[in-house]
Amino acid sequence: MKKLINNVEDVMKEQVEGLCLAHPELKLSEDPCYVYREDDRDTVALVSGGGSGHEPMHIGFIGEGMLRAACPGQVFSSPTPDQILECGKAVNTGKGVLLLIKNYTGDVLNFETAVELLHFEDIPVGSVTIDDDVAVKDSHYTAGRRGVGATVLIEKIVGAAAESGADLERLEVLARGLNNKSRSFGVALRACVVPAVGKPSFDLADDEIEFGVGIHGEPGIKRRKTGGVQSLVTDMLKELLGNTGYSRTVRSWNRREGNWDEAETRVEDFSAGDELIVMVNGMGATPASELYGAYREVHKGLAAAGFKVARNLVGNYCTALNMEGFSITLLKADAETLTFWDAPVNAPSLRWGQ
Amino acid sequence: MTLTKQHILDWLKACAAEFETHKDYLTDLDREIGDADHGLNMNRGFSKVMEKLQTFETQSIGGIMKGTGMTLMSSIGGASGPLYGTFFIRAATSAANAEELNLSGLLKMLEDGVAGIVMRGKAEPADKTMCDTWWPALEAGKQTANNGEGMQDALAAMAVAAEEGAKATIPLQARKGRASYLGERSIGHQDAGATSSMYMIKALKTVVTGG
Repeated sequence: MKKLINNVEDVMKEQVEGLCLAHPELKLSEDPCYVYREDDRDTVALVSGGGSGHEPMHIGFIGEGMLRAACPGQVFSSPTPDQILECGKAVNTGKGVLLLIKNYTGDVLNFETAVELLHFEDIPVGSVTIDDDVAVKDSHYTAGRRGVGATVLIEKIVGAAAESGADLERLEVLARGLNNKSRSFGVALRACVVPAVGKPSFDLADDEIEFGVGIHGEPGIKRRKTGGVQSLVTDMLKELLGNTGYSRTVRSWNRREGNWDEAETRVEDFSAGDELIVMVNGMGATPASELYGAYREVHKGLAAAGFKVARNLVGNYCTALNMEGFSITLLKADAETLTFWDAPVNAPSLRWGQ
Repeated sequence: MTLTKQHILDWLKACAAEFETHKDYLTDLDREIGDADHGLNMNRGFSKVMEKLQTFETQSIGGIMKGTGMTLMSSIGGASGPLYGTFFIRAATSAANAEELNLSGLLKMLEDGVAGIVMRGKAEPADKTMCDTWWPALEAGKQTANNGEGMQDALAAMAVAAEEGAKATIPLQARKGRASYLGERSIGHQDAGATSSMYMIKALKTVVTGG
């Protein structure tokens, strides 16, 4: 294993230190570990986090118009509730804290615990769990669809809404709605190498692609022959555009009663004529030239199916260390969503409209 | 007999000793159908509790349980951290300022703790989780109490039921957590969380009955 690291135990710590040296507007709390920006305006603080290894998500998205703070865990391992609790206390300006969670068992348990701890500190708190990976079909016998690329788009849009002064209730409804309008699907050409493990998470033959992967180097739903990018994207769009009627139990924190409400909720259907925000996302080791080649196929494929690409994002945003491969995320957008999307953002890894 | 504050402190020490002894075994169980860190994580969590034990000593049973829960939550990590952390924090609410507990108070405290695990992880019977140890153990404890027997008998019955419960996870197919993605391949392995819960219940029995 060749990696630009000193000790495997220090990967997370050294990268957040480097980030804050490069971007002095970001502040680092070392113990418990979280990265935040100071902002004394009276707005809801949008906070996310998760295992490290997906950079720039989430620490690269801390900035005006996006996240207020992020709690990084060790590589591919959730942050703990004490980190999230202290982070929430530090960034709350009185309007409360909204936590965005990716649907992985460890993340959900640690963040939901933090929600309760923040509540008992009298901080208005809510959480929304993102589960956009359509490669997972079943919600009854597994932990459900994983939270992947849509997290980036939702952090941007909800961050802009928070910046505009929307209150906590409004932001929760917005984020939940966006999640139900989002779908992602990923493929890997080569597995990633977790520093503490030192070898690839799975082996692929030279002419094989892992189809339907998550972002932790776990195997996908099947293997297929490489073929050209056109046929690959055609198959991915087939998975993405089909309406499966996927539903699952969604939890929301009841701030009045101090417990969790549960409701069965269904994802929205897509149909020709819908306007989409489209992300073609590199998994960490895919050349930009190939990402644009893939975007070309995505754009043409969506147009042929009658969809309109309203906005797009092409690059490495939600990665899995050095995995070679990419994911496509589609988010069905209305006029308000696009207004929030276009609003200024000033984070290390997403910046426009200044 | 009553369960004193000192019993709780001794129980935590006994848990730490159990996890030190069995950490490799627990990690091996977790390697089969999980991510091979359960023993290391439990040992790290309870070592941290040992470091802080002195600061808990002056507190009530509720205070000790809460301090333990917060410590485990921030040091075990993964899914077990919030699950065991929640167990102790919920149990703390039940014990509150008590300096000692009778049998029904002890059972209520453990029951509230387990309700916390269920609330957090949404486990159902036979999902192949730590609850498959706790539920039969609590049932055995309540049964013994209803028969008019004392704390020592209740804990002895709980330890037996816990051991049986953990073993009974072997033929189950996991329906929660990481092992659930393995489907039928999770059958034939004893659940690591059910096993660590068994060690905790047996440690409580040993501390109270002296053997």
